[in-house]
Amino acid sequence: MTKRFALGIFDDEDVLLHAVENVREAGVKIYEVFTPFPIHGIDDALGIERSRLPIAAFFFGLTGLAFALWLQIYTLGFDWPMIIGGKPHIALPAFIPVSFELTVLFCCHGMVITFYTISKLYPRWKTPVLDVRSTDDKFVMAIEVNESTDMTKLTQILRENGASEVNQKEMSKF
Amino acid sequence: MATLTHQESVTAEYLEVSPGTRRKFMLIIVAGVAVLVLGVIMSMLGIGAHHEAAEGAAAAHGAGHGAGEHHGSAPWLKRIIVSLWHNNVFFTGVSAIGTVFMAIQYVAYAGWSVVVKRINEALSAWLVPGLVIMMVVFGLNFINYDLFHWTVPGIMDKGSETYDAIVAGKSGFLNIPFYLIRMVLFLGLWIFFTKRLRDLSLEEDLHGGTEYFHKSINVSAGFLVIYAVSSSMAAWDWVMSVDVHWFSTMFGWYVFASWWVSGIAAVTLCTILLKQAGYLRWVKESHLHDLGKFMFGFSIFWTYVWFSQFMLIWYANLPEESVYFNQRLGGFNGQYTWLFFGNLIINFAFPFLVLMTRDAKRQMIMLKIVSIAILVGHWSDFYLMFMPGTMKGDNGFVIEIGIALIFLGAFLILFTKRLSQASLVPLHHPFLDESVHHTT
Repeated sequence: MTKRFALGIFDDEDVLLHAVENVREAGVKIYEVFTPFPIHGIDDALGIERSRLPIAAFFFGLTGLAFALWLQIYTLGFDWPMIIGGKPHIALPAFIPVSFELTVLFCCHGMVITFYTISKLYPRWKTPVLDVRSTDDKFVMAIEVNESTDMTKLTQILRENGASEVNQKEMSKF
Repeated sequence: MATLTHQESVTAEYLEVSPGTRRKFMLIIVAGVAVLVLGVIMSMLGIGAHHEAAEGAAAAHGAGHGAGEHHGSAPWLKRIIVSLWHNNVFFTGVSAIGTVFMAIQYVAYAGWSVVVKRINEALSAWLVPGLVIMMVVFGLNFINYDLFHWTVPGIMDKGSETYDAIVAGKSGFLNIPFYLIRMVLFLGLWIFFTKRLRDLSLEEDLHGGTEYFHKSINVSAGFLVIYAVSSSMAAWDWVMSVDVHWFSTMFGWYVFASWWVSGIAAVTLCTILLKQAGYLRWVKESHLHDLGKFMFGFSIFWTYVWFSQFMLIWYANLPEESVYFNQRLGGFNGQYTWLFFGNLIINFAFPFLVLMTRDAKRQMIMLKIVSIAILVGHWSDFYLMFMPGTMKGDNGFVIEIGIALIFLGAFLILFTKRLSQASLVPLHHPFLDESVHHTT
C-alpha cells in the first residue's frame, strides 16, 4: 500500500517541540516524528499513549520464571536427584539465582524482539526512510496526506511553526 | 507532564522553621526520654525480659565462646549503650548519604536532582554530632565491654584467662588505637568533604558562574573514591566487629546498601513533607518519580546483597559462618525470627510491590508510605545486626525506641536548621534550568 506524506523539516529540537504542539492544536494529525536522538517530552507533546510493552514484559518474565523453576525442580528433584551440601533435593533458596537470571533473560529478549517487531525495526532488504537527514542533523515531522488535503494551507502551518522546508514523499510498505 | 512553555524565572525560597515545628521536634525528644525512662523501669522490674531464654542460649553458646564469655552490665544499662551505638551508626550512615548522593549527581553531570540538592546538603549535618556520639559511646563500651567483645582486657594475650585465639589473630587490625584512628579518620574525611561541597555550593549562590560547579565535580570524585573504601571498612568496624568471631566479605556492601536506600528514603520523605508544607515549588512529579525509582531500585539492591550473603552461608553451611544466621533464625528461642522475616517483607516485598507501577512512583502518598516503611525497616535491619551479638537473648524494644526518638528529634532540629540557612533552590547552579524543566 502506498502512502503519501508531507514532511516538515526542522533544524532544532526546541522548535520542533513547540511546532508539534501548535500543529496538533491547528487540527492536523501528525503521523510520526523522526529525530536523530530521543527528545524529552515529545511523547507527551505528540499525545502518544503509554506503551503496553510492560504488560508483555511481565508475561515474558513469567514464562522465564516458570521455565527456570521447571528446569531446576525437574532435573535436580526428579530426573537426577543429588545430595548437595546436605540440602533437600528441591532447595528453593538455591534456585533463586538461576530463576532470577532466566526471568531477566526471557524478559529482555522478549521485550527487544517485541519492540523491534512492532516498530518494524527488524532487518529488511529495503529500509523505508522518509528523509535520510533525520539520522543526521534534521528533525522530520511526517503528516499523512491524500488528494483532498489542502497542501498550501498545510505548508503554511508548517512554515509558520519554523519548518525550514516542506517536502512530499510517497512511500510503499510503510 | 511535559511543559514546553517556559515558566516564570526561578526565585530563591527560604525555609522558615516555625516555633511550633521546633516545639514538635522537642516533643519528639521528650517523648523519647519518657519512653526511655519507662523502658529502664520495665527492664529493672524485669517486665518483658527474656532472662531464661538468655541463659539457655548463653549456655548453648558458651561452648563456642569458651573462656572468653564475660558478664556485662545490668540489662538496662547494656541496652542503653548498645542502642546508642545502634542508633548512632544508623543516623550517621544515613546522614553521610546526603553527601554521597550529591557527589554522585555531580560526577554523573546529572541535572534533575538540582532542586533537591539542598536537602542532601542538610542531611549531612548530622555527621559532626555523629562523630562525637560515636566516640563517647565507644568510651561507654569500656564500662563493662558491652559492645565489643574484642576490647575485653587480655583477650589477645596468650596465657590470660580471657584469651581468645580467634580474636588474637585479628589484633593487627582490631586494636583500640587503630580502631579509634580509623573512626576519626573516616568520619573526619566525610565531614571535610561535606563541608567542602557545602561551602562551594554556598559560594556559588553568591557569585554564580560554572567555576564552582567544576570544582564540586573534582571534590565529589575524590570523595566517592574515599567513601567507597571507608564506608566498607566502617561497616566492618562499627557493625561487623560486634560479632567478632564471624566475618563476611559481603558485609561492607550490605551495610552500605542499607544506609544508601535509607538515605534516599529520607531525602524523598523530606522532599514530600517540604512540598506539602508549601515549599519546593519547582519539584514536580518527575523529580518524585526519579526518587521513587531510586528507592525501588535500591530496595532490590539491598535484597540482592542480603541474599548474596545469606545464600552462600546457607549453602556452604560452615559452622563458623552459619552461626550468624543460626542466632537470627531460631536462636535464643526464636525471638529474632519474626524480625528476620519481617525485615525482608518491609524492606523488599513491600517497596517492590507498592512502587512497581509508574503511577505509584509519581504519587506523594505512596512514596510517603514506602519511604517511612524503608526507614523503619532499615532501622530494624541494623537492630538485627547489633542485638544478637551484643544483647544475646536479652533484647527489647522500649528503651531502643525511646533512644531512636531522641535521635530523630535531634536529627530533625539540626537538619531543619541547616536547611533554613540557605535558599532551598541553588539559584546559580548551572543545571537548575534543566532540573526545573525535568520530565520523565
